[in-house]
Amino acid sequence: MVEMTVRQALRDAMAEEMRRDDRVLLIGEEVAEYQGAYKVSQGLLEEFGADRVIDTPITEHGFAGLAIGAAMAGLRPINEFMTFNFAMQAMDQIINSAAKTLYMSGGQVRCPIVLRGPNGAAARVAAQHSQDYASWFAHVPGLKVIAPWSATDAKGLLKAAVRDPNPVIFLENEILYGVSFDVGDEDVVLDIGKAAIERTGRDVTVVGYSITVSRALEAAGILAEEGVEAEVINLRTIRPLDIATIIDSIARTNRLVMVEEGWAFAGIGAEVIAAVCHGGFDHLDAPPARVSAADVPLPYAANLEEAALPRADQVVRAVREVCYV
Amino acid sequence: MSAAPADDPALLVDFYRTMLLVRRFEEKVGQMYGMGLIGGFCHLYIGQEAVVVGMDAAIRADDAVITSYRCHAHALVRGIPPAAIMAELTGRGTGVSKGKGGSMHMFDMERGFYGGHGIVGAQVPLGAGIAFAQKYQKRDNVTLIFFGEGAANQGQVYETFNMASLWKLPAIFVIENNQYAMGTAIRRAKAGTELCHRGEAFGIHGVQVDGMDVVAVHEASRDLVARVRDGEGPMLVEMQTYRYRGHSMSDPVKYRTRDEVQKVRERQDPIEQLRARLVESGTIDDAALKAIDRDVKKTVAEAAEHAQTSPEPDISELMTDVMVDADGGSA
Repeated sequence: MVEMTVRQALRDAMAEEMRRDDRVLLIGEEVAEYQGAYKVSQGLLEEFGADRVIDTPITEHGFAGLAIGAAMAGLRPINEFMTFNFAMQAMDQIINSAAKTLYMSGGQVRCPIVLRGPNGAAARVAAQHSQDYASWFAHVPGLKVIAPWSATDAKGLLKAAVRDPNPVIFLENEILYGVSFDVGDEDVVLDIGKAAIERTGRDVTVVGYSITVSRALEAAGILAEEGVEAEVINLRTIRPLDIATIIDSIARTNRLVMVEEGWAFAGIGAEVIAAVCHGGFDHLDAPPARVSAADVPLPYAANLEEAALPRADQVVRAVREVCYV
Repeated sequence: MSAAPADDPALLVDFYRTMLLVRRFEEKVGQMYGMGLIGGFCHLYIGQEAVVVGMDAAIRADDAVITSYRCHAHALVRGIPPAAIMAELTGRGTGVSKGKGGSMHMFDMERGFYGGHGIVGAQVPLGAGIAFAQKYQKRDNVTLIFFGEGAANQGQVYETFNMASLWKLPAIFVIENNQYAMGTAIRRAKAGTELCHRGEAFGIHGVQVDGMDVVAVHEASRDLVARVRDGEGPMLVEMQTYRYRGHSMSDPVKYRTRDEVQKVRERQDPIEQLRARLVESGTIDDAALKAIDRDVKKTVAEAAEHAQTSPEPDISELMTDVMVDADGGSA
């Protein structure tokens, strides 16, 4: 076992894929000389040169459109958004160009691009810099949406995303960048569309993605002391959603709590619960519960911010509710 | 490089034939739309034929072209069979995009035709991305990026000018100035109507060309293409042209007078201008002109027939082409 931060895992994934395939390039704001606004692209300029590690002007709509066009013309760009908040500037290109052109062209125009960067709340950066966009992108046919939690996820899924022939949205988390995880086989390429069971348990299934997997695991630790064994599922991929793994777990636990950092309304939890109700209704012994962000723009004040984001104690409470304890 | 176009009778006759094909094709599209055989939005190119015909003849088969939703002519001139374009318009499985794109979304990757884009201005950064790939792969290709003067107000166009110039991309930005952005005359929506200057702040050389004169279009294009291919970086051309029909088939054209349109038709029509030139110079006689007319009509009639008799896409096509499978096929 080797210990590695998520940041290193992402960097290594990009470097390995760039060594493997010279069509792969990294483009975005501050990815080259600055070494990445969050130091994710450390050393890549030095190894691959300015033709393949490309600093852009601060023009997300334009450079994302350019990178999407380059993908249509046969390159394999990794497009970094400094944060996904800024990807809203490029939403038209992501949805109308990257996601839809394969279909509109009757299967002719492919767009093998990875659009990656930190998503969701960081710390104390207020409403415009703190939003989970998973449900926005997951809504659209033609996109794959990945949200890694661990270093293993980050590396194995980013490598898979780069090799995927479709546009992939890769939602990282700034707070997780510096977190270390044990990683096993360093060369692993994970399957897109497969969830991981991070902790097994017989009493309740808790599903999360990205940083909410940490919250779910914290909650599981607390619950274990009370004699409640929670199974924690890390979605890894939001779309395509691995509903089979979730239903298989619920067949054993009969209870579901969904934890997400986004808002509940029309969120990923709504989708998971709808799919479970359709495919696993008979397994359920209690209505599924959701833990999510408070339904407000994220506030700045430390106490309000803490109150707005999903916490382990809320997960514990939701589990007690669905377990009727 | 071949002879100057003015001295190349075969090329001029070819221009005539192709412009006439675009005109007759679009007239037929208009008719078929009126008969309910074509649905949705439909934007005709009638009046603007010289622009795409003169420009396309200045690039190679392995170069790239991208444009807006007003894309039938660009597809035709790139060499896509008229029947496949017409079948796309009628929403048939034999259409160039298998009936999934329609009027605004024609594509042909084998011919370097990247579409066919419905959001005003979006093809401009995409086109710069194609040019970026050409340069990245060290190919001596160029990309023609067509957009209207309406799109020339979009922010992403200027974001693209900046990057294209900074990175010396082999792109030619073609502003097809047909005077009206939907129903808004250029003077009502542009602070500064000399669009050829719009790249100057980014160091992009621009020229203004009479887009109703196919020879002028072609000569200017040959020069620009040669310079861009040589690595001088992106260039811009404003083609001054005019569309005779409405913005789309649903446009009642209340924003200009019939007289204005009539004057352009009489004095500047690109096809009539070239016909007069060919006849006056003795390049072509009446019989040859009639033969071209007949051929073009036949091609268009056959395309229309094919488009009406071809089957609609199989219902199983509904769920295909959403994603490319890992094994390479699309599903």
